[in-house]
Amino acid sequence: MPIRKSGDIPYSEVTPKAVYLNRRAFLAGVPAAILATRFARAGTKLPNLVKSPLSTTGEKTTPYNDVTTYNNFYEFGTQKDQPANLAKNFKTSPWTVSVEGDVAKPRKFSMDEILKLAPLEERIYRHRCVEAWSIVVPWVGYSLSEIIKQSGGPTSRAKYVAFESYYDPKQMPEGVHAGIQLPYVEGLRLDEAMHPLALLCVGMYGETLPPQDGAPVRLVVPWKYGFKSIKSIVKIRLVESQPPTTWNLYGANEYGFYSNVNPTVDHPRWSQAKERRLGEFSKRDTLMFNGYGNQVASLYAGMDLKKNY
Amino acid sequence: MPKIRWGKVLLFAACLTPLCWLGWRAWNRNLTANPIEFITHFTGDWTIRLVVATLAVTPLRKLLNLPSLIRYRRPIGLFAFFYGSLHFLTYIWLDKFFDLHDIVKDVAKRPFITAGFTAFVCMAPLATTSTAGWIRRLGGKRWQKLHRLIYLTAIAGVAHYYWLVKSDVRLPVLYGTLVGVELAYRVIVSKRRRPAASRVRP
Repeated sequence: MPIRKSGDIPYSEVTPKAVYLNRRAFLAGVPAAILATRFARAGTKLPNLVKSPLSTTGEKTTPYNDVTTYNNFYEFGTQKDQPANLAKNFKTSPWTVSVEGDVAKPRKFSMDEILKLAPLEERIYRHRCVEAWSIVVPWVGYSLSEIIKQSGGPTSRAKYVAFESYYDPKQMPEGVHAGIQLPYVEGLRLDEAMHPLALLCVGMYGETLPPQDGAPVRLVVPWKYGFKSIKSIVKIRLVESQPPTTWNLYGANEYGFYSNVNPTVDHPRWSQAKERRLGEFSKRDTLMFNGYGNQVASLYAGMDLKKNY
Repeated sequence: MPKIRWGKVLLFAACLTPLCWLGWRAWNRNLTANPIEFITHFTGDWTIRLVVATLAVTPLRKLLNLPSLIRYRRPIGLFAFFYGSLHFLTYIWLDKFFDLHDIVKDVAKRPFITAGFTAFVCMAPLATTSTAGWIRRLGGKRWQKLHRLIYLTAIAGVAHYYWLVKSDVRLPVLYGTLVGVELAYRVIVSKRRRPAASRVRP
């Protein structure tokens, strides 16, 4: 694998979104009207971003257009190109996230409060889907632990954190065909949730999240398969026992609670040893814990990761 | 000058349209963020559609009383094999990069690959023996028997698709239903025919 020294690529070097949208629209002959709506719905710039020391260096970020047109968001369709179209009018304001259960001060946060709760950082992470493709995304947000601390912190009973996505069949008519139980739920062990790498994410590429990528607020857990990084969160509940998780409910033999990226444990139907980075022709080797082993391996010391997949 | 068979011209044009569409999108660099996956799914989709279409010819010509439809069965079947070959090639080249060891492991270990591989392998002898010469060499009865392998291709193809999808099974179920109806038709017809045949026998 070539090791690039370039480090963070500043966005000033990337083709501005407006320019390539323009070019694409021109080439494809898309009517100007469609272009206009796309502009109107483009993310809002997030000011005063701090470059995070937790950013992954030496990786080229995936083009914005790929990350926003190739999505798994089954509430908006099971085909990769569907969410970009069907989530266009998803209403993300007003929005509140309830932090509840075994925290000292359970409370609700408005989206405004979430945006101001801690300094917004830009964090570049590798993102590895269970389907063996991967991307590199400059997310925006702060450690998930911040919002838990702002809710008084976990009580002594809290052992796990359960997350729940928004689900409105009216806005998400494709949800009934998803084949999975909705609303989407996910979970982490408390120590995983409190790990600084676990990101509460409100934006990407310097802007607020587009709906297909989980607007207005999502989780990003870079050392786990993508489906653990639940989108459009409305509830964060600290609990005593391991919470149910959507894909595990669908197929427990295929999707474990932990779902750490692990090239040595195959999905029953396909290998996890390699992955295709979007934009690359050859496959690359998948890294243990998606390359974040130095930071997170200690969380699983003494555990059999073949059993706890 | 030989008579132009417009039906066949139309059929060829229709069956080549997906390939042209794929080529056009490739030319425009419009194969989604994951072109190899797109090509794999696209060629796979057209393979199963054409297998379903091949199996539809016999029931349709009987039910619609259009015996001349038979002349389209071979080209549709060959196009199914053509798209199946592209699908297979995409897999061994763009997915596996001709890593034979990896391919063998995949075929042995993963049911959906096993099914897909079976479906494809069953089509190969049918494509080879699709000529008039081979029908003569094998004799109509034996040729027909051999070509019943298409039933296995259809079933294995549907299983391949069904096992591949993560949770939204609508399309594989749709193709499965169509194949089911097509095969059920044949079972019913052969059951009806048998007692009739025994009656004429001395």
